[in-house]
Amino acid sequence: MTTTVLWATVLVASLASFALKLAGHLIPEHWLAAGRVQRTSTLVTVALLVSLVVVQTFADGQAVVVDARVPALAVAALALALRAPFILVVVLAAATAAGLRALGWG
Amino acid sequence: MRAAVRQGTSVAVATGLYGISFGALSVVAGVSVPQTMALSLLLFSGGSQFALIGVVAAGGSPLAAVATSTMLGVRNTLYGAVVSPLLGVRGWRRLAAAQLTIDESTAVAVGQRDPAATRAGFWTTGVGVFVLWNAFTLVGALAGDALGDPRAWGLDAAAGAAFLALVWPRLAERRAQLVAALAVAVSAALIPLVPAGVPVLAAAAVAIVVGLVSGPPRTAAATGGGTDGDTDGRRGRGAVDEDAEEGR
Repeated sequence: MTTTVLWATVLVASLASFALKLAGHLIPEHWLAAGRVQRTSTLVTVALLVSLVVVQTFADGQAVVVDARVPALAVAALALALRAPFILVVVLAAATAAGLRALGWG
Repeated sequence: MRAAVRQGTSVAVATGLYGISFGALSVVAGVSVPQTMALSLLLFSGGSQFALIGVVAAGGSPLAAVATSTMLGVRNTLYGAVVSPLLGVRGWRRLAAAQLTIDESTAVAVGQRDPAATRAGFWTTGVGVFVLWNAFTLVGALAGDALGDPRAWGLDAAAGAAFLALVWPRLAERRAQLVAALAVAVSAALIPLVPAGVPVLAAAAVAIVVGLVSGPPRTAAATGGGTDGDTDGRRGRGAVDEDAEEGR
């Protein structure tokens, strides 16, 4: 992306983000009270985040690869299961991948 | 009320700190330092920010970047509807409250017992996260510029771990687990076939279908959350309760 396109992307996404937040504060409460709306919104969040995990861990351009990111994700999952705080989870994953690459793998 | 302020402050510090990882990942994704700061100041929603730079890093289209980021921001609309009646603000304060409506501020606000503590919790957490998230984004962005090859530092793996940490507290319910499994299958299958950014949107589409065709959860109590909370008087709480663990 060129600098101009990237700026436009940043600003349009920011505007959309604020519009969504403000809409919640302005629209009548009962509009969102439908269980189906809430369920769907919750599930979409889960799907997007899980899909981002998959893409960030296995995609290299359009190829699916297994490299140092996979054991790093496993370490992150273990840390989360042990209720480690967010920042520690991220640091442990990065350290795992960095360590494996320093040893010449992935 | 003092407990709400204390709780909000600790959430703000923990959440603010991972602004470092966002700042660093953003500049190594090819987003400039001013653009990175614009994201933290204006977009101000962690998951959406990580998602946007993820699509940019993978060479996805601007449309895919905006769409992914925006779909992740839809939950903030629900949060706004939950906290708005609790805060009772008008005018410019309402605009400020809207910008500060995120996972953390909502979770702390609804976790309080009385109205004064709810307001204190929301504003302490919202303002605290905003200030620290932006400060640490700047630190990370400046550091990221100096890092060199992001792969040598494992920063590419850090992004996947960040998304996993964000989704982790949301996986308690059975239906969320089903959608997660479908999302894994759909995105893995599509990565070789479609441009970057599209597998993520396809996974979201699957979740919309599941959400629309499925009825209320039958085993909500058994899965330990009552997470969908569509009974009277509990609306909105379930989704927020799940998020309460995030960032601590």
